[in-house]
Amino acid sequence: MAEEMRIVLRNYGKIDPLKIDDYIAVGGYNSLNKARSMSNPDLINEVKASNLRGRGGAGFNCGMKWNFAYQAQADQKYVICNADEGEPGTYKDRLIMENDPHTLLEGMAICAYAIGATQGFIYCRGEYPSVAKTLKQAIAQAKEKGVLGDFTIEVRLGAGAYVCGEETALIESIEGKRGEPRIKPPFPPVIGLWGKPTIVNNVETFANIPVIVEKGSAWYAAIGTPSYPGTKVVTLTGDVANKTFFEVPTSTTIREVIFQFGGGIANGKGFKAVQIGGTSGAFIPAANLDTPIGFDAMTAIGAALGSGAVFVLDESRDLVDVTARIAKFFAHESCGKCAPCREGTMRVHDLMDKINAGKGVSADIALLNKLGRVMSYSCLCGLGQAAPSPVLSTIEHFSADYNAKLM
Amino acid sequence: MDYQEILANYADMPGGMIEAFHAIQEKLNYLPEEAIVEAAKVFGKPVSQAYGVATFYSMFSVEPRNKNVIRICESAPCHVAGAAEVVAALEKELGISMGSSTADGLFTLEFTECVGQCQSTPVITINGKPFLDVTPAKISGIIAECK
Repeated sequence: MAEEMRIVLRNYGKIDPLKIDDYIAVGGYNSLNKARSMSNPDLINEVKASNLRGRGGAGFNCGMKWNFAYQAQADQKYVICNADEGEPGTYKDRLIMENDPHTLLEGMAICAYAIGATQGFIYCRGEYPSVAKTLKQAIAQAKEKGVLGDFTIEVRLGAGAYVCGEETALIESIEGKRGEPRIKPPFPPVIGLWGKPTIVNNVETFANIPVIVEKGSAWYAAIGTPSYPGTKVVTLTGDVANKTFFEVPTSTTIREVIFQFGGGIANGKGFKAVQIGGTSGAFIPAANLDTPIGFDAMTAIGAALGSGAVFVLDESRDLVDVTARIAKFFAHESCGKCAPCREGTMRVHDLMDKINAGKGVSADIALLNKLGRVMSYSCLCGLGQAAPSPVLSTIEHFSADYNAKLM
Repeated sequence: MDYQEILANYADMPGGMIEAFHAIQEKLNYLPEEAIVEAAKVFGKPVSQAYGVATFYSMFSVEPRNKNVIRICESAPCHVAGAAEVVAALEKELGISMGSSTADGLFTLEFTECVGQCQSTPVITINGKPFLDVTPAKISGIIAECK
């Protein structure tokens, strides 16, 4: 029987998030002091050895990323926390920031020391004004206590653009511009905010750092799936009995997440599909429910772990209708910078609406398949590359829903 | 405080145009054309760039909006939880369609994507404040609260 394990949510409900003394009383900021007693390469190697991989969606080794920024020569470097969680069905970063803001600040400060940065930014989505307030209060307390040393953190508010979750679009937005992704390379650890070496990590990634520094890389690397160790916060939505959140080791299977933690399908109905990682994730059929929620295991079944959102649909749901809704989302959120995404998301939306309205023919499905494949390798950023996956996966696994609506 | 003062407060913040736009909207509920032109001057950018920023982000509006901006989430989790019925109830209660404003100056209806309160779908926000587990039956009570 799988069990919950709280690392990033270790202080959830146990401390007053608006009292820094509460955080300090449970050992808060000890890890930052410990980190500062280590040499930068030793600290970075410790994070690298833990094999912590980014919790934002790309799954890159965190210590390795930090090392790129550490080795870059520059008069100024930046640490950015990506708190722009816009994937529908996701609210894990909000949970961390609302309930334990100091763990995020501590994780960022450890990163700043590791790479040699003195300025940090938290890019918080505009939909979370109260979270931004909590963060600002926490920063003021940390400053007053002097725990952050010469590291300063500023909160910047997004304004409702999903694409700003992409790290270079986010950087453009902090610079006060339209949030359009940059061409990579160069990557932000080399050329980032205002042209300086910059680390962008997700809230959940930073929240792991103080615990890794405290308990050591070997302890962390032994949790969950070896290739993607640690835990993942999952948020359950849709037709699941317990619409709530859990933090579980990455060796936990999708079946355990839905049927054990989630209490199964709501209203005694049967399972039809689950979409993991947010609205850009693939829809997964029952046959793949025994897959662990590790990064590589999910990739191996043609899906993605992404943000850890778990959107469950029961047997009565029409996947064409849900996918048409998702296609509208991407047509709206495409930033318009590259043609394959700007035109592609619009055409996918048109075709999905046509099929959903009962006016589609089988040639439309063939078109969707072709267009989706082209987008997945020709779009400039992750938004356009992932946008077709709900369409392609539903065509692959749930073709009966499409066939039922064709003319 | 008018928009000139607000902009002056943010003039020294690198990349501060978006923060300044948030502050202006807090006061006026939208970004008037004069404010966008002034922002371009304050931040040393072409007007086209300032207008580009104002229209890129869905939370900014270049059209006047009423006192209460109601946004309904239509992302997939809210969609399957019955967001369409909530939309219909709001349109009926206010006598306007999505994307428009009431004549009394009180309400504007807009769609939004996920607002991150997915434990309690469907969700609407009024001036940024989330209302959870909304049903058509709850709409008239929520509207009455705002009047």
